[in-house]
Amino acid sequence: MSKEPVAVVGIGQTKHVAARRDVSIAGLVREAAQRALDDAELTWADIDAVVIGKAPDFFEGVMMPELYLADALGAVGKPMLRVHTAGSVGGSTALVAANLVAARVHGTVLTLAFEKQSESNAMWGLSLPIPFQQPLLAGAGGFFAPHVRAYMRRSGAPDTVGSLVAYKDRRNALKNAYAHLHEHDLTLAKVQASPMLWDPIRYSETCPSSDGACAMVLTDRAGAARAPRPPAWMLGGAMRSEPTLFAGKDFVSPRAGKDCAADVYRQAGIADPRRDIDAVEMYVPFSWYEPMWLENLGFADEGEGWKLTESGVTELDGDLPVNMSGGVLSTNPIGASGMIRFAEAALQVRGQAGDHQVDGARRVLGHAYGGGSQFFSMWLVGSEPPAS
Amino acid sequence: MTSEDVSGLRDVAVVAFAQSDTLRTTEEQSEVEMLMPVLHDVLGQTGLRTADIGFTCSGSCDYLAGRAFSFTLALDGVGAWPPLSESHVETDGAWALYEAWTKLLTGDADTALVYSYGKSSPGSLRDVLTRQLDPYYVAPLWPDSVALAALQAQALIDAGETDEPALAGIAARSREIANPRAQLRGSVPHGDYVVRPLRTGDCPPIGDGAAAVILAAGDRARELCSRPAWIRGIDHRIEAHSLGVRDLTDSPSARLAAERAGAFERPLDTAELHAPFTAQEVVLRKALRLDDSVRINPSGGALAANPMMAAGLARIGEAAARIHRGESDRALAHATSGPCLQQNLVAVLEGDPR
Repeated sequence: MSKEPVAVVGIGQTKHVAARRDVSIAGLVREAAQRALDDAELTWADIDAVVIGKAPDFFEGVMMPELYLADALGAVGKPMLRVHTAGSVGGSTALVAANLVAARVHGTVLTLAFEKQSESNAMWGLSLPIPFQQPLLAGAGGFFAPHVRAYMRRSGAPDTVGSLVAYKDRRNALKNAYAHLHEHDLTLAKVQASPMLWDPIRYSETCPSSDGACAMVLTDRAGAARAPRPPAWMLGGAMRSEPTLFAGKDFVSPRAGKDCAADVYRQAGIADPRRDIDAVEMYVPFSWYEPMWLENLGFADEGEGWKLTESGVTELDGDLPVNMSGGVLSTNPIGASGMIRFAEAALQVRGQAGDHQVDGARRVLGHAYGGGSQFFSMWLVGSEPPAS
Repeated sequence: MTSEDVSGLRDVAVVAFAQSDTLRTTEEQSEVEMLMPVLHDVLGQTGLRTADIGFTCSGSCDYLAGRAFSFTLALDGVGAWPPLSESHVETDGAWALYEAWTKLLTGDADTALVYSYGKSSPGSLRDVLTRQLDPYYVAPLWPDSVALAALQAQALIDAGETDEPALAGIAARSREIANPRAQLRGSVPHGDYVVRPLRTGDCPPIGDGAAAVILAAGDRARELCSRPAWIRGIDHRIEAHSLGVRDLTDSPSARLAAERAGAFERPLDTAELHAPFTAQEVVLRKALRLDDSVRINPSGGALAANPMMAAGLARIGEAAARIHRGESDRALAHATSGPCLQQNLVAVLEGDPR
């Protein structure tokens, strides 16, 4: 029996900011969920199940917060499932929710991911000292900087490529009302002169810490037929995981990422991603990950990804726009960041992305990763339902 | 989801179950070291290797481990190379099994490895569990898990649904078992009050442990197991978080999950209930309409061994193992999460006719 097609009919997010002191965690998630319901013109009663994701519970200091959030998300009397797969969690959560529809277990599912980072300190939440285990050093930047350096050495990319990514993404964010950073007076020279944090990563090439939530309403074919606005159809979705550390691991282009993309392309019938995919919203927490993921996802040959960035192909008006929303570099409520990528892909194919809309976007990839470049989740959404 | 709904979908079964001993402390072992023998055991029962598995899903909790992303180390132990299609839930492994079940229903995979583990020994579990309460209005008061369970027990006694001798009887029955993996078995003194009306005997032992299950669909299940435990239905429901708006003497979420899983359609012979406190068994028996014809917790249940994040998955595994061995034909398995049975999962398992 074939899978039920899955459609995105509602998308909601909060205005991402450094600290939402005006709302509780419950208030934050409900705001995004209500906006997704409004977009779908549905009520809480129309939702069959809730699938929620977030990054480590230490980020807010609440253990298994979904228990406390059951009321705020209208889940009382319904199934509520909590997903946690590191930084990829926002994407994974959407895929778990999509499976409930694809398997015909439920007709309409609310999926939501959030982080309220102002409640705690993510960098040190990631760096708790545990005996006999490799420390993550000073947060994620300390972990990823050597891998960026390895990419630069391997590809021979000019030192400036990272700053180009950061400057582009921050300018894209100016077109996205929900983005956290709106740096109107930012210049490329300012990015390149910003303080070095983890060599070669400069301050303006890193993601912010944000409070925010993102929600989507996923439904079946019948639900999509009733939707007031064009749905985004899931054409393929996959997760892949590999170990954190092992001899022979390629941190620059992990095999789990390649395998995950290949699985999504196979499901969606994508032969040549560079030709067949119109735009990409990918998880770039440090600027250099744009060229690295362009290669890992098959949009460029190995060592060639930086050329797409440098030649402007990934600009909003380029041939393959990347991170139209402003990306993780402009908005990073960690647990929600993956879902924001997935949601931006869906907004694009629905034609609902406003000032950061890519004209004629029909197939868009949403991508998330996490852990030590080891957890990947991706989906490809389209403006037309899947063929089969 | 009712069993009629499921009838058009793929048949999925539990084909293997393994668990560790549950021990009060495992200071000499990391979580990975605790988990590895269980994974080897469950894979060995089917002859499968990690690379043969279509989907892997686990359940664990960072707050027990005391560090962020603790599940990543366990994944290293699984041997995720070549890369796996894999996911994780931050709760009991019973919900990981639910996620894996949906994955198998879609047809994306034919087999799934589900595992979960928890080490409660490094911290003070009663205090740690207060961190899962409403962070603004309840958690700052640090009401501990035994105190909350005692409120529930007292509500039952006040309603005339049970009394202390009856609760002591549940405790004794749960430990008069032959389960070699259990932490408490044999004659266990009922002890002094911990929080009235609960005595030490009414409370679960605090312990460290791990459990693992393999799921398989259709003919693959028959190849891997001589008598698969078919999942005829599985559903889970959550209740309001605030204890003040709940009737603690009842469990409407467990009842609804059981109804959706098809539990009430035909008689059951066995029920494995995840009731960490004696009084919670009273609540569940009522909600799940379990009369004396149903054998309750032949494994001893959570009163004999309660490894956090693994005890719910172990209930499904224990029920399935009885079907595998021909000791049950139709069993209910239940898992819970949250204070005072806030969230409940029910699975109905059946063996092929003998």
